[in-house]
Amino acid sequence: MSINIGEILLTLWNDSGFAAISSGFFSANGWQNLVMLIIACVLLYLGIVKQFEPLLMVGIAFGCLLTNLPGAGLYHKELWDAFMAGEIGYGTIMHDGGLLDIFYIGVKSSLYPCLIFMGVGAMTDFGPLLSNPKSLLLGAAAQMGVFAAYFGARLLGFSDQEAASIGIIGGADGPTAIFLTTQLAPHLLGGIAVAAYSYMALIPMIQPPVMNLLSTSEQRKIKMVQTRSVSKAEKIIFPILVTMFVALLLPDTAALIGCLMLGNLFKETGVTDRLSDTVQNAMMNIVTILLSTAVGATMVGTNFLTAETLKIVVLGVCAFLLSTAGGMVGGQVMCWATKGKVNPLIGSAGVSAVPMAARVSNIVGQKNNPSNFLLMHAMGPNVAGVIGSAIAAGFLLSVFG
Amino acid sequence: MDSYIGILDAGIVALLGYGVVFFGLILLMIVITVMGKIFMAKDAKAAKAAAAAPVAAAPAAPAAVEAPTAPGSAGQLKLHDVEPKTAAMVMAIVADKLGKPLNELRFISIKEVK
Repeated sequence: MSINIGEILLTLWNDSGFAAISSGFFSANGWQNLVMLIIACVLLYLGIVKQFEPLLMVGIAFGCLLTNLPGAGLYHKELWDAFMAGEIGYGTIMHDGGLLDIFYIGVKSSLYPCLIFMGVGAMTDFGPLLSNPKSLLLGAAAQMGVFAAYFGARLLGFSDQEAASIGIIGGADGPTAIFLTTQLAPHLLGGIAVAAYSYMALIPMIQPPVMNLLSTSEQRKIKMVQTRSVSKAEKIIFPILVTMFVALLLPDTAALIGCLMLGNLFKETGVTDRLSDTVQNAMMNIVTILLSTAVGATMVGTNFLTAETLKIVVLGVCAFLLSTAGGMVGGQVMCWATKGKVNPLIGSAGVSAVPMAARVSNIVGQKNNPSNFLLMHAMGPNVAGVIGSAIAAGFLLSVFG
Repeated sequence: MDSYIGILDAGIVALLGYGVVFFGLILLMIVITVMGKIFMAKDAKAAKAAAAAPVAAAPAAPAAVEAPTAPGSAGQLKLHDVEPKTAAMVMAIVADKLGKPLNELRFISIKEVK
């Protein structure tokens, strides 16, 4: 048997992604692959150099890069379209899919967002919320952006399911946004996840102008009194109570709230330290890798390079701004009701983004009064925002799911 | 299956959703407040019992011993359940945040909040 080197080289070329891009530059979305590869590099730059939520952004960007390599066959949008149409099941995807298809099963089944929530619960101290339960009102007020963005998205022509998924960006809670979008509008997952995590990274820039606009210099100087200390028993009872209470109120939130509170219970019991440690570190890291890469894989050119993505980006920032404004208005009401004992700046921490939003409240407060320490006061609304955004997601899922 | 409800209905859903979030969290606030009150009452009762017991058993009990002053603090700073090393870190952080030299600040006492 003679070897035709020319034929081998030609076959190699024809099988390569370069050939796929050049031959199908216009006919087979080759240009879209190129643009998406550039976008992946920009996202990698933002994650690595600018440190925009790097733990997630790097994975998302690399997933985007992998999925847009022609011929690699790591993610098959057509398989998931067939899955959504009910024509095939997970078995077919496991058999015919690529590596990223298998990763994505964990997103589609809501496994990863729930496990991330368990890790968040294990890392969260609900003490500040328990010592000042009124913080929950600020967590509720700061969900305004979710519903305003939902309404704005409907005005722009998105379907109810798409609008609800876009609106949840205002909850400033990545896992909740992914959880809801996967259920209601999976084709928008890439755009919504990138918008949500980018804006969460930009919170120190997005929030302060709104906070300054909606408060006076005198109000920003208000020092808050120390709240009571919370006993260990209260901290143990809290996750059990919240799970029963919220899941009975909105059963659609049971998965998210249940995992959040299970993680918190592991942390607080004092007898499950090994589990708490695993959930906070090893499990959280593994799931973050799988989740971020799988979400990035959904950023296929034909899905992502649309006018809809631009609208999502704009609506997302509006949702963040309005949620911050909602929290500030709530803070103002509490400041008025307590005759100036509550610093309205803690209201802006009612958007989730734990603990970034609470840190921003503290920083803005200290700019006006260097001896003012608002961090622990802002942590109450901050963790209340996590519960609030989960309830908002549960409501939207219940209405449009 | 995508649905498109009317714009007016969408507005009502948005308001309703915001209301449901408030409703849920207000109920939760009430539950947590009640739970907190129960625990505070229990703690107060336990503290009262603890305070009454030594008086009955030993009326001549010595007064509570004051917290010792921190070493090297010129006899002013009092530490309550705080290691000197932790206290030093706290003071350094406060000085750094305030932008003032440590020797221009006066710390009276440092207490761990439990």
